[in-house]
Amino acid sequence: MNNPDFDWMPVALVPLLALLVLPLIGSGSTWLTLTVAGLAMGLIIFVIASGLTLVFGLMDVLNFGHGLFIALGAFVATTVLGSMSDWTMSDQLWRNMVAVFPAMLVAMAVAGAVGLAFERFIVKPVYGQHLKQILITMGGMIIGEELIKVIWGPQQIPLPLPEAMRGSILIGDAAIEKYRIIAVVVGLVVFGALVWTLNKTKIGLLIRAGVQDREMVESLGYRIRRLFIGVFVMGSALAGLGGVMWGLYQQTVTPQMGAQVNVLIFIVIIIGGLGSTAGALIGALLVGLMANYTGYLAPKVALFSNIALMAAILLWRPQGVYPVTNR
Amino acid sequence: MLTRLLSNDLPRSRTLAMLLLVLLLGLAFAPFLFPGVKALNVAAKVLIFIVLVASFDLLLGYTGIVSFAHTMFFGIGAYGIAIATTRMGPTWEALAVGLGCALVLSFLLALVIGLFSLRVRAIFFAMITLAVASAFLTLASQLSEFTGGEDGLTFKLPEILSPSFEFMDEKFLGVMLDGRLVTYYLLFVLAVALLLTLLRIVNSPFGRVLQAIRENEFRAEAIGYRVVVYRTISSILSALFACVAGAMLALWLRYNGPDTSLSFEIMMDVLLIVVIGGMGTMYGAVVGATLFMVAQSYLQDLLRLGSEATAALPWLSALLSPQRWLLWLGVLFVLSVYYFPTGVVGRLRLRSARKISLGLPS
Amino acid sequence: MSAAGPLPTVAQRSPPDAVNPMSQALLTLSGVHTHIGPYHILHGVDLSVPKAQVTLLLGRNGAGKTTTLRTIMGLWRASAGTLTFAGRDITALSTPEIAERNIAYVPENMGIFADLTVRENMLLAARSAASEKQMDTQRLDWIFGLFPAVQKFWNYPAGKLSGGQKQMLAVARSIVEPRELLIVDEPSKGLAPSIINNMSNAFAELKATGVTILLVEQNFNFAQKIGDTVAVMDNGVVVHSGSMQELNQDAALQKSLLGLAL
Repeated sequence: MNNPDFDWMPVALVPLLALLVLPLIGSGSTWLTLTVAGLAMGLIIFVIASGLTLVFGLMDVLNFGHGLFIALGAFVATTVLGSMSDWTMSDQLWRNMVAVFPAMLVAMAVAGAVGLAFERFIVKPVYGQHLKQILITMGGMIIGEELIKVIWGPQQIPLPLPEAMRGSILIGDAAIEKYRIIAVVVGLVVFGALVWTLNKTKIGLLIRAGVQDREMVESLGYRIRRLFIGVFVMGSALAGLGGVMWGLYQQTVTPQMGAQVNVLIFIVIIIGGLGSTAGALIGALLVGLMANYTGYLAPKVALFSNIALMAAILLWRPQGVYPVTNR
Repeated sequence: MLTRLLSNDLPRSRTLAMLLLVLLLGLAFAPFLFPGVKALNVAAKVLIFIVLVASFDLLLGYTGIVSFAHTMFFGIGAYGIAIATTRMGPTWEALAVGLGCALVLSFLLALVIGLFSLRVRAIFFAMITLAVASAFLTLASQLSEFTGGEDGLTFKLPEILSPSFEFMDEKFLGVMLDGRLVTYYLLFVLAVALLLTLLRIVNSPFGRVLQAIRENEFRAEAIGYRVVVYRTISSILSALFACVAGAMLALWLRYNGPDTSLSFEIMMDVLLIVVIGGMGTMYGAVVGATLFMVAQSYLQDLLRLGSEATAALPWLSALLSPQRWLLWLGVLFVLSVYYFPTGVVGRLRLRSARKISLGLPS
Repeated sequence: MSAAGPLPTVAQRSPPDAVNPMSQALLTLSGVHTHIGPYHILHGVDLSVPKAQVTLLLGRNGAGKTTTLRTIMGLWRASAGTLTFAGRDITALSTPEIAERNIAYVPENMGIFADLTVRENMLLAARSAASEKQMDTQRLDWIFGLFPAVQKFWNYPAGKLSGGQKQMLAVARSIVEPRELLIVDEPSKGLAPSIINNMSNAFAELKATGVTILLVEQNFNFAQKIGDTVAVMDNGVVVHSGSMQELNQDAALQKSLLGLAL
């Protein structure tokens, strides 16, 4: 960002959390394992949440059905990877990649296409009416989930990691799962691509401007509706990608996974500030780290820890860590 | 006198008034009109949901707040009864203690949630309540020593309310006079009383202020009403009524588990009923709950027929499978939100108002 | 043929060189009504904006001036009447479509994107440029000459600029590419007198390049200096239209229309 006095405090929260927890955990290697796991989870959540926060920021649309695209992406991946078992069974990483990348791309394409339909039929008729948006997008998610059950069946389906992505590598005493590293890399690539697009391209400029003052962007001659459809589809596609990654992370997919992850996503974008990509990243990393640290230190408290985190942040900054101005 | 009973909030539509009368009589005499276990179950569920949805309408329709934590209070009420009777035995004291503790807990939680709404915007609030409700559901499953975990708690009720208690050996009008009947009428009386209370609340000066806040918060604050206080009170009242509805559920089922009262599906059901019935009307809860419960119970049968009939086309058959009733409910929900925003009650009143303006009998 | 407006309420006697007799109206509003929710704001506005001139839209607060501008831009839909621009009917067009016809709008609140830099604000307004490199440097230099602050704070977040600088940026943005019609809502509001001079010079230069300008102004002194044509609004209708010169010379008219005791 070109901003000479960029607000670094929220960014500092991430290493702060990591460091605070270190004495509680005690062992450096365990800490490292948990931190990498937390970052991986956080980045996957970021991939999912980024689209949602931009959709809200740009068009003031609250999509309570975002979870549908997560589940959809994951299920599509089971089909694609399932049909490429000779590639996934191989213990050569590049062969595994040849299976996983198409799975990701197909998942993104399907999620994006469904996103297009979702925007047209569910979201568009209720622009500007928050209450109806909440109700209708939830309804849309339920319909979608049921359709997933019709196509893939109502039960859990395993999504095993390809051979070469299993297992861990050792750094000193710490065992770090290979997949987590891959997830971190993919997540960072997505983040990098988003930041580049938002800051270096004209479309990104339009999005950032539209988040602040939609009317003025239209007055400058841009058809913001098209922009919005594009962002919505992209957000859905990213959610689909996140779904694939999440599914591989859990190694199993269920039709309800969308609704479950939905709650986490909301916590993340509330922490981050509705409309802020950087905020979504901070929120996601904090949530991911928190989930892993408390999962180790006090498992019963895990879900509450995220809510407590959200409450604490809101007490500090009621609009999230990076509130978008001009709203 | 009827006007005073209904707190001056009349149906305002002849069709609606008749409908309500029919429903009232139907529910009052359900055990005799509709023999059989299933029908009575449906009737009891209608009663419970009338209270649950009407209390949600107070929050959503009259105060304009979207909260997904409503089922949490429902669950607290149900678990209150369940845990108390499990630990203290099937006595009236246990019921009192259970309900009492549940109400206190609901009060406190609603207070905290209500006060929190001061700092955050409505959209944040909705998402936060979703998160809190989710967490509560997980908590209920995890504290298994206390709540029976995933399996839930099965318990007995005081003798008068339990099915084995019969105060006459022969049947009266074809119905066994047993504890089940007593429980049903207890629920009936509670439902009617609570609904009338809610009508009184929303038609009081307090209720009017709520509606003013819903319409224009800024102006209400400018006139001098402390919006946060009113919203918090509304939130607390809504929670308390939902809690009692939960207790009613526990009394009827003599069982409670996380899925029975805390599940997301129930929240969706409540939303669906309040939308179809009509937000901000109270009567919408009555009409909606009846329509919904009847449809839900018999929809699955209908779907089963459809599924078997289309067995030749497997994809169609799968779409019509009775397990997929939620799909069709979802479709109905989405269509209702678009085309039926004022709900059944709203539609009926509109028709009535139009007829009046044309000089026709309403 | 008099080019001062369709329905003069006072007999016009335009001095021969004040208004170009060959100038036609670039923008015409006929019988435009606008409702905002239940409120009926414009009650049949008839307005004619001649080409290559500065038209001032004057009137008290609440007369409907801003509503008129927003209706022209399509931000509010006219409930009745027609709007014509360069011979084409634009009544039912959407805001982006109207802007695409090279109509630029500077709203009352300036519409500056505070979190974006001055550069980004300008780039955004340059529809045909995909990046800074593709912006017309000659034109930019000319704009920098008119509004030095824009160049000085090129890489600063626009939100950091002072009120006057933001105003200049807003106008600069509206001319970053050639436009046929500029619609500006109260450009002098809250500006120090020296900056107001900058502003009027800028408008004069723009007019010299053939741009048509429609200005809403409350500051009559500012309006006097740059205006050619005048339309005065009250209660959602145009109650007087004519040349600025004539209004200048008629103190009684000024008093009755604008409540000015000069």
